[in-house]
Amino acid sequence: MAYTPDRSQYPQKKADGSLDIDLTSGKYLKLWQGPQHPGITGNMSIELTVCGDEVAEGRTHVGYLHRGFEKLMERRTFIQNFPIVCRICVPEPDFNEYCYAAAVEELAGIEVPERADWIRALILEMGRINSYLMYLGGQAGALGQAVIGQWSTYVRDLMLDRFEELTGARIYHMFIMPGGVRDNLPTGFRTRMEHTLGEIENALRDIHNVMFRNAVFEKRTRGIGVIEKEWLDSYGVTGPCIRAAGVPRDVRKDQPYLVYDQLDFDPVIGKDSDIYTRADVRRRDLLLSVDLIRQILSRMPQDDGPTMATTPNVLHWKIEPGETYVRGECSRGEYGYYLVTDGSGYPRRVNVRGPSYTHAMALFERMVVNCNIADVAALLVSLHTYPPEIER
Amino acid sequence: MIELYEQLKQRYALGEISVQRFDLVFITVPRENLASLLLYLRDTEGFTHLVLLTAVDWIEDNKFQLTYLINNRESATDLGLRVIIDRDEASMESIHDLWPTAATYQRELKEMFGIDFPGSPRIDEDFILEGWTEIPPYRRDFDTLEYSRDTYLERPGRSTSDPAQHMKQLFYPEDKD
Repeated sequence: MAYTPDRSQYPQKKADGSLDIDLTSGKYLKLWQGPQHPGITGNMSIELTVCGDEVAEGRTHVGYLHRGFEKLMERRTFIQNFPIVCRICVPEPDFNEYCYAAAVEELAGIEVPERADWIRALILEMGRINSYLMYLGGQAGALGQAVIGQWSTYVRDLMLDRFEELTGARIYHMFIMPGGVRDNLPTGFRTRMEHTLGEIENALRDIHNVMFRNAVFEKRTRGIGVIEKEWLDSYGVTGPCIRAAGVPRDVRKDQPYLVYDQLDFDPVIGKDSDIYTRADVRRRDLLLSVDLIRQILSRMPQDDGPTMATTPNVLHWKIEPGETYVRGECSRGEYGYYLVTDGSGYPRRVNVRGPSYTHAMALFERMVVNCNIADVAALLVSLHTYPPEIER
Repeated sequence: MIELYEQLKQRYALGEISVQRFDLVFITVPRENLASLLLYLRDTEGFTHLVLLTAVDWIEDNKFQLTYLINNRESATDLGLRVIIDRDEASMESIHDLWPTAATYQRELKEMFGIDFPGSPRIDEDFILEGWTEIPPYRRDFDTLEYSRDTYLERPGRSTSDPAQHMKQLFYPEDKD
C-alpha cells in the first residue's frame, strides 16, 4: 500500500469545509497535467495542487474540443444530424448512432426490421471490443508497459478491417441510420469475423500473462483508486466502474435493448473496486463481447431480409412534439440521448449523456485527493474517460 | 408508473404526466416541490441514479424547461421531472446536496443557458468557454452564424448559395422562373 491509512487530516479544512491550501506558504505547488501530456486521456487537463508528491486537490478542465454539437443539431434536419452524432465519441462512435437513431425512431413511430436489430447489436459489440482494446493499451501505458498497446492496437486493427468490409469505414461508420442499418452482412463475413475473434482471444491470453500477472502492474494498481460504495449513486457511476465494485448493473441486462434479451450472458463483476479490478472487469467484458458476437452471428436470421424500414422523405421529415430518453451500455457505462421535438423538421433539443461526464469531473476530482502524482495517470485511465462526451 | 404518479399526487402538487414508454414517464412539477420530491423519490422510492439534468429553451413561451431524469435501478424505470422556469429570471434551487455530481450539470447550465443555481459549488467558474462575453450560447436567440461572421475572418473566394436554387440551376438551367 502506498499510503498511510489515515489521511483524514490532510489537507486541513477551513471552517466552511473548503480545503486550506495556501500557495504562498511554499508547501503546495500547482502542477498541470495536460492538455499535452502522455498521462492524460485525450483533450483535457487536470490542474493539480500537490504537497510533496501527494495530490491535495485536483480540478478537471475541459473545453479544448468543444464543437457545440448540441447547438449544431438544433439547426439541422433529423437526417443532417446523422453524420454529426458519431463525431461525439471517436473510439466508440456507434453508440451515438444507435441512441440517436433509436430516439428519432421512437418519436417518429418507426418500426425497425428485426434483422437490423441484430446487425446493430453486432456493430455495438464490435465497437465495444475496439474501445476496450484501446483502453488496455492506455492502462498499461500509464504504468510503463508500452508493449501492451502495440499488441492491442494490432488486434484492434483486425477488427477495424471487419468494420471496413461491413460499413465501408474504419472509424466513423455511419452505418446505423434512423430506420435500420444500411446493408446486410457481406458474403463470408462470418468466417473472417471468427478468425478475427480468435486472434483477439490469443492476444488477450498474452495480455493477461504479461499485464495482469506482472508484479509491477499488480503492485501499482491493487488497492489504489478505490471507488467507495457510497459514491456509486451519488456520483452517477455506471458501467465497468460500478461492476468492479460488485454491483451487477448492466443496461444490456437491466433494461434490454435491441436483441440482448435473446442472448445468454451475465454481467461481469469484480469485488475490490480498485484500478486492477476495473482493468480485469474490462478484460473479461471484452471476452464476453467476443462470446456475444458469436451468439449474434449464429442466432440472427440467416436469410437476407430487409434491413431498413420505410422512412418519410428526409427533406420534409417532421416529427410530432414529444420527448424521450434512449440509453445503451457502452464500454464506459451508460450512454444516452435525450431528444425533444416540437413538431418541426428540426430537433428542439438533443442532449448527450456520456458516462465520462460524471466520471471525469465530479468523481475524479473526489478520487484524486491524496493520490500520488505518479498514480494520477493510471487513475484517470482506469475511469476510461473520453473528453468529447463531456463538452460535446 | 401510473400508480406511483397517483401516489405522489396525494402528497405533492403535480402537473401533467406523459407516458413515453412503459419504463419512461415525464411529469411536470412545480419548482418549489422539486427538491423535496427528489429527496422522497431517492430515499423512499428507490430512484437513486441521477441520469441527467438538462434544459430546453422554449423561447416562444419565454420559458426554460429543466429536465431531471432519475432512474430506479431495481424496477428498471425512468422518471423525468420537468420544471418550467421563467426565462428572464432564470434561477433554480441547487440539488448538489442530493447528488454531488449535479454540481457539474448545474455549472454547465449556468454557462450554456445562463440558468443560475445559487449555492452550487464553483457555479461561477468557467466550464467549457473561457472569457465568454456574449449571451449564453445554447439559448435559442444566440445566432451562431452571426457570431462566427463577427468573430472569424471569412476565407477568401468562398461563396454561399441557396440549396434549392442551386439544384434548380443544376437540373433545369433553361427554366428561368
